[in-house]
Amino acid sequence: MILVLVEHDDGVLTQLSAESVALASGLGSPLHAVALGPGSDGLRALPAAVQAVHAGLGSLDAYAPRAWAHALADVVAAESPTAVVAPGSERGNEVMAYLAALTDLPLAANCLAATPPEAGGAAWSLVRSRWAGSLLEDAELATGGPALLTVALGAAPGAAPAGSGSPQVVVVGTVPDDADLRVVVADHVQPAGDGVSLADAKVIVSGGRGVGGEDGFAVVEQLAGLLGAAVGCSRVVTSEGWRPHRDQVGQTGTRVSPELYIACGISGAIQHMVGCKGARRILAINTDPDAPIMSKADYSVVGDLHAVLPAIVAEIHRTRAERAAAV
Amino acid sequence: MRVLVCIKRVPAVGGRIVLDGADIDTRFLGFTMSPHEECALEEAVRLVTAHGGESVVVSLGPPESEEQLRYALSLGVERAVLVETDGGELGPRATARELAAVVGAEEESGGTFDLLLFGNEAPDSGDFQVGIRVAEALGRPCVSGVKQLSIEGGTAVAMRDRGRGMEVYRVRLPAVVAVKEGLNLPRYPSLPGRLKAKSKPLARRAVVGGGDGLRKVGLRVPDGDARGTQSLGTGPDAATRVVEVLEELGVLAP
Amino acid sequence: MSEVPTEANIVIIGAGIVGNSLAWHLAQLGETGIVVVDKGPLPNPGGSTGHASNFLFPFEHSLMMMQLTRDSVRQYKALGVFTESGGIEVARTEARMQELRRKQSTAKAWDIESHLLSPEEIKKLVPYVNDELLAGGLSFPRTGVVDSLRAGTLMREGAQRLGALTVVGNVEVEGIDVAGGRVRAVRTDAGTVRAGRVVVCCGVWSPRVARMAGAHIPLSPAVHQMVSVGPIALFAGTEGEISYPIVRDMDTYMYERQHGADMEVGSYAHRPILVDPDDIPSIAASALSPTELPFTSEDFDPQLADALELMPQLLGDEKAGVRYAINGLISLTPDGHPLMGESPEVRGLWSAAASWIKEAPAIARAVAEWMTVGRSEIDCHEADIARFHPHQRTRAHVRARADEAFNKTYGIVHPAEQWGSSRGLRRSPVHDRTEALGAVYFETAGWERPQWYASNERLVDLYGDRVTRRASEWDARWYSPIVEAEHLAMRDGAGLVDLGAFCVMDVVGPSALETLNRVAVAQMDVPVGRVVYTPFLDEEGGFRADLTVMRLGESSFRVVTGAGVGMLDRQWLVDHLPDDGSAQLTDVTSGWTTLGLWGPRARDVLASLTTDDVTHGGFRFGTCRWIEVGDLDVLASRISYVGELGWELYVPAENGAALWDKLAGAGQPHGLVPVGIGVYGTTARLEKGYRAYGQELTPDYTLCEAGLQRKLVKRQDFVGRAAHLAERSTPPAATLCTLTVDYHGAPAGERRYPLGHEAILSEEGEPLEDAKGRRSFATSAGAGPSLGSHLLLAYLPTHLAACGARLQVECMGERYPVEVAVAGNGAVFDPGNERMRA
Repeated sequence: MILVLVEHDDGVLTQLSAESVALASGLGSPLHAVALGPGSDGLRALPAAVQAVHAGLGSLDAYAPRAWAHALADVVAAESPTAVVAPGSERGNEVMAYLAALTDLPLAANCLAATPPEAGGAAWSLVRSRWAGSLLEDAELATGGPALLTVALGAAPGAAPAGSGSPQVVVVGTVPDDADLRVVVADHVQPAGDGVSLADAKVIVSGGRGVGGEDGFAVVEQLAGLLGAAVGCSRVVTSEGWRPHRDQVGQTGTRVSPELYIACGISGAIQHMVGCKGARRILAINTDPDAPIMSKADYSVVGDLHAVLPAIVAEIHRTRAERAAAV
Repeated sequence: MRVLVCIKRVPAVGGRIVLDGADIDTRFLGFTMSPHEECALEEAVRLVTAHGGESVVVSLGPPESEEQLRYALSLGVERAVLVETDGGELGPRATARELAAVVGAEEESGGTFDLLLFGNEAPDSGDFQVGIRVAEALGRPCVSGVKQLSIEGGTAVAMRDRGRGMEVYRVRLPAVVAVKEGLNLPRYPSLPGRLKAKSKPLARRAVVGGGDGLRKVGLRVPDGDARGTQSLGTGPDAATRVVEVLEELGVLAP
Repeated sequence: MSEVPTEANIVIIGAGIVGNSLAWHLAQLGETGIVVVDKGPLPNPGGSTGHASNFLFPFEHSLMMMQLTRDSVRQYKALGVFTESGGIEVARTEARMQELRRKQSTAKAWDIESHLLSPEEIKKLVPYVNDELLAGGLSFPRTGVVDSLRAGTLMREGAQRLGALTVVGNVEVEGIDVAGGRVRAVRTDAGTVRAGRVVVCCGVWSPRVARMAGAHIPLSPAVHQMVSVGPIALFAGTEGEISYPIVRDMDTYMYERQHGADMEVGSYAHRPILVDPDDIPSIAASALSPTELPFTSEDFDPQLADALELMPQLLGDEKAGVRYAINGLISLTPDGHPLMGESPEVRGLWSAAASWIKEAPAIARAVAEWMTVGRSEIDCHEADIARFHPHQRTRAHVRARADEAFNKTYGIVHPAEQWGSSRGLRRSPVHDRTEALGAVYFETAGWERPQWYASNERLVDLYGDRVTRRASEWDARWYSPIVEAEHLAMRDGAGLVDLGAFCVMDVVGPSALETLNRVAVAQMDVPVGRVVYTPFLDEEGGFRADLTVMRLGESSFRVVTGAGVGMLDRQWLVDHLPDDGSAQLTDVTSGWTTLGLWGPRARDVLASLTTDDVTHGGFRFGTCRWIEVGDLDVLASRISYVGELGWELYVPAENGAALWDKLAGAGQPHGLVPVGIGVYGTTARLEKGYRAYGQELTPDYTLCEAGLQRKLVKRQDFVGRAAHLAERSTPPAATLCTLTVDYHGAPAGERRYPLGHEAILSEEGEPLEDAKGRRSFATSAGAGPSLGSHLLLAYLPTHLAACGARLQVECMGERYPVEVAVAGNGAVFDPGNERMRA
């Protein structure tokens, strides 16, 4: 039996949860999902592979990672799965880390593939994402209990979050204890609300070392303003203090998935590419045609961004003016 | 206030990682630590400057990890502990066991640490669990993914991103906090700092030992993620094609 | 991917400062069809230009290096990328102060403005130095910084504007095609370009690229560590890149140079860190760039305290951090000089490598001139890539010398300083004999040459006061009073000199005479058995070589020259051999060895061993022939570089030890002593006023200025003849003179002995400059034991070149009166040459 922890937004699985289900479904059967927190008993239209949903902590309004792990551990204790799979999201990884700590079992985070032990064997064969996806690790997991795995984005890219399944709901009766509730979301702070956030933006215009300085971002902002885009940047830019860290796209900044990511004067260090590879299209503008980003982009322009961006801005103005005149 | 920071020596990779067999070819690479950990160090130095006390940095790794520990000392951390491995990679479970043991030993002689700071995840292995495992081993609360931190009396107020906003956590000290870059803007070491770092105490400890269950077999480079780049031209002349592409993608309309 | 043209006149590989500058100069000299390729992107392809600290102090002890720097500054200024900042070399020790005084004396000869400063004066210019540490300093106000990347771009664009240049970045050279010993094409990952001339301007990658053609560019990449500290509060309000003089903290081998808001601190004090050219990472795999390797703090940290001590407040600011730190790669060569010119291994393959920012545009200009007009305005023979003997091109030798040289970058290097590494590679057949006599060996081109013999120590007492004992440690370093004692013993009796290092080449064939006559100033059509001394000139009449030639047969000549310049002289001859093979050159250096036997008793010694006629009448001066010396067949040549009766005796190498033993044995009753090169190359030579190539004889001076013109110019055309004829019609701008130092009028304190490169001043203390703008300095210096004087050779403005004229020499900050003893060609000792012709 396989357990998979799922996360959802208003009853719809997150993409990573869907990929987790897909990966988990290949590890054995039956496949049961675990959903925790308010609304977790209302999950419907799940992928067909899920035969039951264990729903718990419905009355725990505030997220408490250890309480989630506690509930998950209770399901594990009751069901004795051979594997527990969770999305490699911030919460998924966190809950699984607690579960691993509580059960003193090994945990393999960010798996892209998993194969149960062969008959007579003891170790799972795994493929993990390392260096934020720049490398793959072949790993073995030998565990005295269930295999604890979290799943990296891309493990099952085609997995659909919804399906025709309408599994049976099993209520998990876990009651959090004091230790579980030492770490709990006490409050939410909303953003100041100016501009488009990187996470939601449809278009991002991002600048790197090639921008040259704080003032150099004027032209980046100008293009972003025209396109209703968010402004992003590479790590060197925040290290230099040209932009605040919340604008940083990358392994240690924000990972983004816009329709179009325009990278200006960004060389494309792996730490940056990790953050923007979720973009549907990447346009790179760089003086160096051999910069790593140029081969990883969909479109490239070789040139100085300080010459190219104003030309694009002018061209947009011209196109729009023409259009307005035509109307 | 007593703060302990855990850091990990990792290669400073460039635009492309080159493998040498099943491992990263580090012949031409320098070594560094995660940006998350640089922020953890900066936070520790700031907290001790503001509240008084002591900061300690710990690393589990090969003897060469002294370089990263000295770097931490040059930023103002008072002393360092290196738990020496033979260079082989320990899994996250074994790592947490070793670090919990160090913390225990350090606390036995020097008293409880109010804060144990970790980077949210290591850049190389990305295990997302060491801080939590250490916290559980010590029976302390742990907040991870933290990008803002303040100490109010005996409470740590920690915030992390959630959607467009932030979640706020309040935990009693002593606590464990796994931080992310953006927490602060780390300083560069000053020359006097570097000089002082040379004579600051650095203790070496042997590993306790024990297995993990998760074992690396090898590394490989994933199949190319090249997208079949299409050149739109050179210099300002490319603007026309760029705008055509914006139109095709449906992002041009005002 | 870019495309390269399929044809080019010249392909330049490398778009750093050198490659860009070379393209510009070639275009200006009228070349077209130039293609520059680089595997990196422009304008900063990732080589050493991209991380250079970009400052230029005008001074170098080496005249060539100084002239290259001077020309580079001129070029950078013309491009508008030079900012004058001033620069100060500061001394913490008395030894360094002496070195700075030595520099100042040469700076006067090189016409470079410099001022000795007290610690207080330094503090005024650089308020953040801790002047309590300092003994003083030497300021070079014309020091400045440049934007080398911008300079490269401007020059590249200039060549493009002339329509002469195609630039292709991001193209990696994968091979160089060679056929028939000539370059044919460059193969790249973007196609092949055919070209007859290919220039390797690849900095630290040059050895790798040259190897593709089967040639050597002998340099080693080496690490120079640099950190950038900032923001510096004091610099916050300053305009532009630099507002304070650059400080070279010479005794700690470090520099501190403002760069905007930051202070760059660089070091030549760390352990030498050499990198194999094959181990330089690719652009993609580099964290910064291929030539900015990861900083190794353990190497740099020991120097931090020195930097902090000198600038405690400024660098000690806790708010200023190390924002950038690299192990930057630079190029080091076996002798510290650049690598310029056409490869002797592959024709058409040129090198312009191992350059610092300081010399780069000048090196490029000189190479461009070599490639087009065949001669550079600045004499760069010391940088000619043809200078290397085969062992000097080996990886191990290059690495050994680079390793040894690195920490001398800011070191105090004595002009006679010997290398400690890669020694003992070439030993003459009599080496075990000379070693048994306690020879102290100096190295030339790998040869171990006895400089003096410990076994002659007894002679020092014997000659008593006639031998000077140098009181100053510096003057006595790499020197022994034994040299002077050997000198006197030779002049009194006879000396035996190991000349095994001679470079010996046979030129034979139907066109041998014509070939030699084409390059030699002297008439080569002499009877068989004659020995001729002759200079070679370049087209402008400057010196290209000086050597002796024996005519061994109608169409057989033996050319003998020094080891140091041997490869250059050989290349010059090879370059002038006829294409049809009717004259051939064979280097027989390793097959033959030479012993010199000179002194008033030399004939007695030789006569006791031979039945051949060695009387004055029977064996005339300036002739050579085969004689029997006991049971050895010996080629004896009656000439002398020491001004004594005697012979150079040539035998097959395997006979060398036997010949030594016979001469040493026969010489006993005649007072024969072994004599070192200290006598042969300096003391005896200077007493005779003999000019040495590279010191007195350089392309900067002419036959008439050196006093070597003959009464008649031979009728056959020879290289430089027209220029020489032209100069004969007007008085020379300068005249080479022999000067004696007069210590009786000297300032108080210990006597100092000029060792060369000291400025010659007027009696009033003013520098002397000739009509061509060249200043006077000691080209050679050394003892004249037979005269009891210290001797100098120097070119003086002709109007001052009069016997008895009184001038001054500046040595270590002191001035000593000198007197012109010989104006023009002539000897202070035995001016009538009676001893040689006895």
